[in-house]
Amino acid sequence: MSTRLAKGGRLIDRTKPKNFTFNGKRMKGYDGDTLAAALLGEDQMLVGRSFKYHRPRGIVASGAEEPNALVNMGQGGRFEPNQRVTTTELFDGLTCTSQNHWPSLEFDVGVVNNYAARFLPAGFYYKTFMAPAPAWKHVFEPIIRKSAGLGKVPTEADVDRYEHFYHHTDVLVIGGGVAGLAAALAAGRSGAKVLVMEQTHHWGGRAPVDGGEIDGQTPDDWITATLAELEGMDNVTLRTRMMGAGVYDHGYALGYERVADHTPGDDRPRHRLWRIRAKQIVTATGAIERPLSFAGNDIPGVMLASAVRDYAVNWGVSVGDRTVVVTNNDDAYRTALVLKEAGLDVPVILDARDHSNGPLAEAARAAGIRVEVGKAIAKVNGGKRVTGVSICSQAGEGSAVEDIACDAVAMSGGWSPVVHLWSHCGGKLIWDDKQSHFRPDPDRAPTGHDGQSFVVTAGAASGAMSLADVLSDAYAAGQQAAKAAGGKAVRKAGPKADPEATQPMAPVWIMPQGAGHQKRMKMWLDYQNDVKVSDVQLAAREGYESVEHTKRYTTLGMATDQGKLSNINGLAILSDALGQPIPATGTTTFRPPYTPISFGAIVGEARHELFQPIRRTPMHKWHEDAGAYMEPVGHWRRPYCYAKPGETNEQAVHREVLNTREKLGLLDASTLGKLIVKGPDAGKFMDMMYTNMMSNLAVGKCRYGLMCSENGFLSDDGVVARIDEDTWLCHTTSGGADHIYAWMEEWLQTEWWDWKVYVANVTEQLAQVAVVGPNARKLLEKLGGMDVSKDALAFMQWKDGKIGEFDARVYRISFSGELSYEIAVPASQGRAFWDKLLEAGEEFGVMPYGTECLHIMRAEKGFIMIGDETDGTVIPQDLGLNWAISKKKEDFLGKRAQQRSHMSDPDRWKLVGLETLDGSVLPDGAYAVEDGENQYGHRNMIGRVTSTYYSPTLKKGIAMGLVKHGPDRMGDVLSFPTVDGSNTEIKARICDPVFFDKDGEKQNV
Amino acid sequence: MSNAVSALQGALYKGYCTVEEAGLVGMITLRGDLSSDAIAKAVKAATGAEMPGQGKITEGAKGRAGWMSPDELLLIVDHAAAPKVVEAASKSLADEHSLIVNVSDARAVFRVKGAACREVIAKLSPADTAVMQPGMLRRTRVAQIPAAFYLEDDQTAVLVCFRSVAQYAFDLLADAARDGGEVGV
Repeated sequence: MSTRLAKGGRLIDRTKPKNFTFNGKRMKGYDGDTLAAALLGEDQMLVGRSFKYHRPRGIVASGAEEPNALVNMGQGGRFEPNQRVTTTELFDGLTCTSQNHWPSLEFDVGVVNNYAARFLPAGFYYKTFMAPAPAWKHVFEPIIRKSAGLGKVPTEADVDRYEHFYHHTDVLVIGGGVAGLAAALAAGRSGAKVLVMEQTHHWGGRAPVDGGEIDGQTPDDWITATLAELEGMDNVTLRTRMMGAGVYDHGYALGYERVADHTPGDDRPRHRLWRIRAKQIVTATGAIERPLSFAGNDIPGVMLASAVRDYAVNWGVSVGDRTVVVTNNDDAYRTALVLKEAGLDVPVILDARDHSNGPLAEAARAAGIRVEVGKAIAKVNGGKRVTGVSICSQAGEGSAVEDIACDAVAMSGGWSPVVHLWSHCGGKLIWDDKQSHFRPDPDRAPTGHDGQSFVVTAGAASGAMSLADVLSDAYAAGQQAAKAAGGKAVRKAGPKADPEATQPMAPVWIMPQGAGHQKRMKMWLDYQNDVKVSDVQLAAREGYESVEHTKRYTTLGMATDQGKLSNINGLAILSDALGQPIPATGTTTFRPPYTPISFGAIVGEARHELFQPIRRTPMHKWHEDAGAYMEPVGHWRRPYCYAKPGETNEQAVHREVLNTREKLGLLDASTLGKLIVKGPDAGKFMDMMYTNMMSNLAVGKCRYGLMCSENGFLSDDGVVARIDEDTWLCHTTSGGADHIYAWMEEWLQTEWWDWKVYVANVTEQLAQVAVVGPNARKLLEKLGGMDVSKDALAFMQWKDGKIGEFDARVYRISFSGELSYEIAVPASQGRAFWDKLLEAGEEFGVMPYGTECLHIMRAEKGFIMIGDETDGTVIPQDLGLNWAISKKKEDFLGKRAQQRSHMSDPDRWKLVGLETLDGSVLPDGAYAVEDGENQYGHRNMIGRVTSTYYSPTLKKGIAMGLVKHGPDRMGDVLSFPTVDGSNTEIKARICDPVFFDKDGEKQNV
Repeated sequence: MSNAVSALQGALYKGYCTVEEAGLVGMITLRGDLSSDAIAKAVKAATGAEMPGQGKITEGAKGRAGWMSPDELLLIVDHAAAPKVVEAASKSLADEHSLIVNVSDARAVFRVKGAACREVIAKLSPADTAVMQPGMLRRTRVAQIPAAFYLEDDQTAVLVCFRSVAQYAFDLLADAARDGGEVGV
């Protein structure tokens, strides 16, 4: 059983106990514990169940590589599944539950999959779910949905806050072990700006656990002294609890800072995502120990040798009273020595190599530990925890020669450098035969815009495996990075350690090497996804050669740990099965993030009110206070209508239409785009931007204009006013202002750069109000100021002056068919102006109206709307707007395109009005059909509805649509099938799109 | 002009930095050939400031002049004075190809005050705020909107954005300046 030792634990403070619960059970740990250490301290070896077979799972590692020990963390608004206990700091009041079991962790029904394991081999899903198709929906999917997944999905909104932080630095050092610190020292001494990040809350990595001497000091003392030196440098920033999540192009890197995971509810941001631009990146990310593949290597109590050592030294936790060490290298002997020193029993060290005579092995023997060479584990005994091992000869097939009782197994299959961050942006790897691992190839580093390397590895991440090599490699890496980032050369020598003699490790991919199928079915590669040696071998037999395909077929390395423990072992097995060397198989792709990061961190501040910017006009608050029903128009929110108490939105819209037609309406038109175009060449430019002639527009006059893309499609429309000899003001659609401004700038900057034209977007400088209806003039005359009579300000003219006390520019333009003035005042006075109009207009029956009223009124008049009558495939000619396409002009954007055969095809659908025979409203987007089918067996279609409304003015449905040969078929009746399931058709007659006041008498008074 | 109000009418938030809407500020967009003497003269007349170099903002007795692009300046003056400045500059540059427009009401202006004012902006803008010094102007974005900022002094950042998104910008800055969010770099 695992327990807390009476002494030891360099990271914990035993005077500060912390209480927590696991599956409702009260437990205790200490300040400085990880949740993993605290659970082990309380003998909680079983922590979860595996994904597929629901096998019992215990903690196997002590860091970010942990595949097994994932828990549901927290409650309510702080509930989060799949949290690794090895990277979770313990805090008082922590609650967590184990995952993927029912009804309980100890007794799990799903474990039946385990007994059916022989029927659930690699590719089971692919093979089973091929056919029949209905079985997927009715049988497989429900079952899989029920059994899939690890943790539970949160049911409440996240109560924490998150943020981003942009940081620029010369050198970014990722990893705060002795390698990272040595690299930071070199870079910092050069004067470069340095950021060092360490994913845990303590510096120094595993060097203090592994021992040795640095510059004559213990690793702990050297770390303390080095931190003091770094903290004294203004150019160096040190951050703990911050993981290097990803390295991207151009020296961009993400740092995932877990600010308040260990202090929930203290109102600090829970996570902060650092978005870093670094000139040079040093990855001092260390190495990960590999498991060994022997039967039963997944039983709780089987752990990485380094983890067993970490728990003892860092947290004073013993994983078992009797621990068998099994290894293919010298390093695992350190674990045996640490355990022995802690007063624990190590019954045997099983070394798969055929001899073992390094200094560590000799020290183990001297400590009285039995060392067996050429030996292996035949199988681990036990179910929910280890009870013993059967040992055999590594060279054989696994006949047990001896059973040894134990409650833990510490395994070591060698070390793999953490190459993830190096690889994210294209750094290549080479296979190191001596260490049996992939390590970064310094000659093929990730390169920046200049073709030069921007990532350098340091220490164990480079493949350096001894303290002496780690320090010299890391210091050199720091120097190199600082120099490449423009720092000064550093003379001062780096830290040193004495070289140590080691015996080479021996690659061991299967234990014992001749193990039969029964044993291979019990050798786990991927603990979380239940991928075994036999699965990878099966995939190879079934023809999978690519490691990427095998990964997806077997799910090896596809779990939340992304195969940190399983990848190398898996591809060694695959290579063996394919009969090729490991480098020929290669690795799967390393993608960011290094370990999963929270969605909250990615989202940052963009939640709730800050989810998206909402644009507000100066009158926005008035609309809200008036209870307007708002609709999005671009990023604006505009009033759709202003329903009164007891009124539906539809009733409100109808009221607004009738009131505007009969009395007086006000529209907040501030969102309309307003662009000023000025310069000696502005007339020429305007003629290119618009399809109609704008250069000959008289000063003081307005003209409706169309803009097309270079492909001839109608993209925007609006009224243009000539302000003075070389200045025009262009109104654009509300949603189009920014786009059209950018469109103009692009032509001016890239194509017509020698034309003397400047453009400014003054959309937001002006609040604009449409004063509309028969009483519009009366209201303005009451307010006083400029003369707005028909003679002084005729239709399609504009004038500057005063309306009441307001400086205003008044346009006599109409999108409703009524007597109408659009009045622009400075935005700062927009609200006051609006209030004044409402107050003074009361006697004239003034009411504000919204966008739907605007739409109905324009449809009654047959005016098109960009986005309704156009969809990016419609040209002005389709809409009968030939009158607005100049024939005199030599050129305009879209002219050539509109001459293409497809654009001038007489069969193009063209705009017409549509009125139903029964007065009903046509469904929006309905298609008109005729007899016969097209080549795809679809009913032949000859048109579609583009705008359709109930007209309160005419008391019937009105619509516009695009119809093949439409204008030539006036009076014809078309059929529009419904899609409401009633299998009926609506009949509508083709008519003039102008339904109301065809001669324009109402607007021209 | 008594009717004139800024977008947020001086809204204030106190966190580990203070965020305040600056009220009405006069702003003028001037586009033209920035190497021309006539324009330099017009800038001087309007603000008292010298022509700013790339990425710079200069200060004079009546206002500031900020470099926005190779052919665009931002002139900052009193709100009430802006229409007259536009008129005067337009007159003096009548013979020069240029565009001078009042954009005072198209903008919202915020002050972020405190020792960590750069840090607060660094939570929202990808610009390198650490290198920013008084006299520099940076066009950038904050979260999802375009913005520009400069430093009045070492502890006061001034941020300019469009008026329609004033509330969003204020909420962003307040959120970034909230107590407990200190980065401490």
